[in-house]
Amino acid sequence: MRQRMKPSITFLGVGLLIFVVIQALLSFGLLNNYWRGIIYWGAAITMVSLGLNLIYGFNGQFSLGQYGFYAIGAYGSADVTYRWVRGDPSALVVVLAGSLLVLGLYALVSAFLRRFYGVTVMARFTFFLLATILAFAIAVIVLVPVLGPVFTAVLGVLPTVASNQIVFLLALLGGAALAGIASFLFGIPVLELGSDYFGIATLGFTIIIKVLLDNTDTILPFPEMKGARGMIGIPQWTTWPWVFGSLLLVVLVMRNVLHSSVGRAIVSVREDERAAELVGVDVTNTKILAFVLGSIFAGLAGGIRAHDLAFLHPQSFNFIQSFNPLIIVVFGGLASMTGTLITGFFWIFLLEGFLRLFLPTGFETWRLVVYPLILLLMMLLRPEGVFGRYELPFLRREMPPLPEKDSTTVVVDTPQVAPESLTSLRMSPQVVEITQEKTV
Amino acid sequence: MAQTLLRPAQNGVMLKRRNGMALNRFSQGLFALLGLLVVYVLASAFWQNPGLFVQQVLNGLQLGFIYALIALGYTMIYGIVKLINFAHGDVFMVGAFTSFYAVATLDLHRWPAWIFPGIAEGLMMLVGTVTVILLSMLISAVLAMVMERFAYRPLRNKPRIAALITAIGVSFFIEYFGALPFVYTNNYITYPRPFEVSVYSAGMISPWIISVVWVLFTVSVVVFSWLTWLSRKGNSRSRFHVQAQTWKRHPLLQFGLLFFGFMAVVLTLTGARIETRGRVWDLSASSVTLVIMGASIVLQVILQYIVSRTRLGKAMRAAAYDKGVARLMGINVDGVITLTFALGGGLAGAAGVLYATAFRQVHHLMGLIPGLKAFVAAVVGGIGSIPGAFVGSLIMGQTEVMAAAYISTPMRDAVAFSLLIIVLLVWPQGIFGEPPAEKV
Repeated sequence: MRQRMKPSITFLGVGLLIFVVIQALLSFGLLNNYWRGIIYWGAAITMVSLGLNLIYGFNGQFSLGQYGFYAIGAYGSADVTYRWVRGDPSALVVVLAGSLLVLGLYALVSAFLRRFYGVTVMARFTFFLLATILAFAIAVIVLVPVLGPVFTAVLGVLPTVASNQIVFLLALLGGAALAGIASFLFGIPVLELGSDYFGIATLGFTIIIKVLLDNTDTILPFPEMKGARGMIGIPQWTTWPWVFGSLLLVVLVMRNVLHSSVGRAIVSVREDERAAELVGVDVTNTKILAFVLGSIFAGLAGGIRAHDLAFLHPQSFNFIQSFNPLIIVVFGGLASMTGTLITGFFWIFLLEGFLRLFLPTGFETWRLVVYPLILLLMMLLRPEGVFGRYELPFLRREMPPLPEKDSTTVVVDTPQVAPESLTSLRMSPQVVEITQEKTV
Repeated sequence: MAQTLLRPAQNGVMLKRRNGMALNRFSQGLFALLGLLVVYVLASAFWQNPGLFVQQVLNGLQLGFIYALIALGYTMIYGIVKLINFAHGDVFMVGAFTSFYAVATLDLHRWPAWIFPGIAEGLMMLVGTVTVILLSMLISAVLAMVMERFAYRPLRNKPRIAALITAIGVSFFIEYFGALPFVYTNNYITYPRPFEVSVYSAGMISPWIISVVWVLFTVSVVVFSWLTWLSRKGNSRSRFHVQAQTWKRHPLLQFGLLFFGFMAVVLTLTGARIETRGRVWDLSASSVTLVIMGASIVLQVILQYIVSRTRLGKAMRAAAYDKGVARLMGINVDGVITLTFALGGGLAGAAGVLYATAFRQVHHLMGLIPGLKAFVAAVVGGIGSIPGAFVGSLIMGQTEVMAAAYISTPMRDAVAFSLLIIVLLVWPQGIFGEPPAEKV
């Protein structure tokens, strides 16, 4: 038991240490705003990349759309707090109650659809889309006048600091929920496609979201988002505990999901869809689950980032940016959470921190010339990523215990296996290999 | 959750499932209604202002012919190495910049006048423009070959994602290298056209030319139908039968059909006056449109000739079908792939010149969105298929122009990429594509 607890204690202890050190540095003013922003940004992009790693690294679905969900989370949560600060609880009500309503309706719709056989993907998509539209329509028309005053009254009892923190929490959850709903709706039809087509469709999704954000005030009814001029006036509520907390939450959720039977289903879909289906894994649902979970992480990261910057601009959700998480995931090593965690921070530190600071001013444009070159060299020299498939002991998936020595299934020819080698085998990250799709 | 994911069938009581056909019909009906709405919008637009509508169709044709040239490169490269070459749009950009320097700095479009000072203006413009296009094609082809040789070839046996990331890296490198102050700078630059623009409207084109074009078109249609009739005429052992099938696909005949067909329609439209409800709508076509259509069709027919009639084309098709076996048959597959990149790059370079001529601006990021849209067009037409790329591009051009004109101008990109998602849902392999081979 102690043996199994040790990695968790080490991991959480080091995490706590990092938390305390950075909090101390921030409290004593040793880190200026610039570096604080870099750290928060690093955390946000790491969360997005972890989500992408879940989708691409562990589930094998090549998504280029994570920045679209990141944008949805950012704009959604920013709109909630923006309106709340100005005394308007409508966005809070719509996002929260609407999301809960959507969840309820989704349960009803899926129970309904389960009564039929031969329902096409298009029909499933249509029904879930109708449910979503209905839920948000009810939230906007019915619930806002009813629940709005309730929210204001209940939260008005608390001191402003406390109520703001609660609203911020709800806003983050709401943004993440919106991203999850969008990814669910988008995932139902598109995940049916092959890997390349899925990648292109998600890229298209990112571009569509960017265009919509450019026109939030003209085409969409959100004048406060100010379209292509950028949304200003978002309260700057992100603090280091929030950042650290959400990053830790993402890491823990992802680790525990991956270590559960659902996680094994997710990995088995990556290895071979057909084989997974044959052993009874519901491939479609597994893919959708991984996609929605990864997108929820992206939405959460968006909320964190929006309330740190206090300014959102559609240009920062351009699809060029959406290659960043992909590059981070591949750099760190596909299906390696450790790699993504470290590379995510490193990427932002390097690109936005050091290179911007230490290169002379005229050379700033060179940054974007140098980093594709690094990328190319990396791909040529070590295409499996820096960390390969290495995982920290805490994040490592434990293999089921090997059978006892007298069992018939033990490797027969080597009966004198040393106990150390057995443990090392047990601790080996993953016995399964990624099927390398080769361009023959 | 694990319960539903892993064991979908064991939900307590056995459900008595009913046929879901009604649900499928319902969703199909909804989508059909949406389609009818689009048709209604377009029809009412046509009814209100037929002149403007036809003008938009002409603009869409112009854009579609440019996309076709880019899409051909995408589709060939995807067909042979299964790689989404993200850097293809940047080859297009380099083609545009090459022609910009050739025209603005070197004055190359006037070279016939240096040698033969007394040359006729029209002849000089023709020869000069062709020279500029050829030069751009050459430079772009060389760039594409270099790219293939140094970035993609070393990764040919690595996982597919490595090549994709490399493609993204190459794309960024070309774009941001171009943004450096001593290369192209990151400003929008006005592009001087290599030929003078004249706008033709009703009465300016002599009926004589129009009737000649119509006669040629009719002749090719008659020849084509005669050959089709011959080749279908039952007796498959007759010599005529086989010859007719071969002649039917002759490049000259295709050229006649496409070139004279489109020219006849465009010239007639611009030559005629449309009179409705007492008003006269004069249409106009600029020489730019005609040059774009002509050049695009000529290049496509040449490409079709290369692919279907030469040894290189045969080798390309063999390599696309099965690289290993092609190698066993003594085909230099690496060389064929390099030449495929060269062909695609050349077409993209020509497209760059035409695009810059049409829109009169060059910029270091100009290749991004047209490149992606051309890729979408290739997917719509069925990736890997050359006629598919052409048809898909025409659809794409029309969709984009119609969306800009009649739905919402800023939403043109969103509509274009929604088209991708809809086509992928309804018709995953595209119009001319083959259904994906199932590998078990």
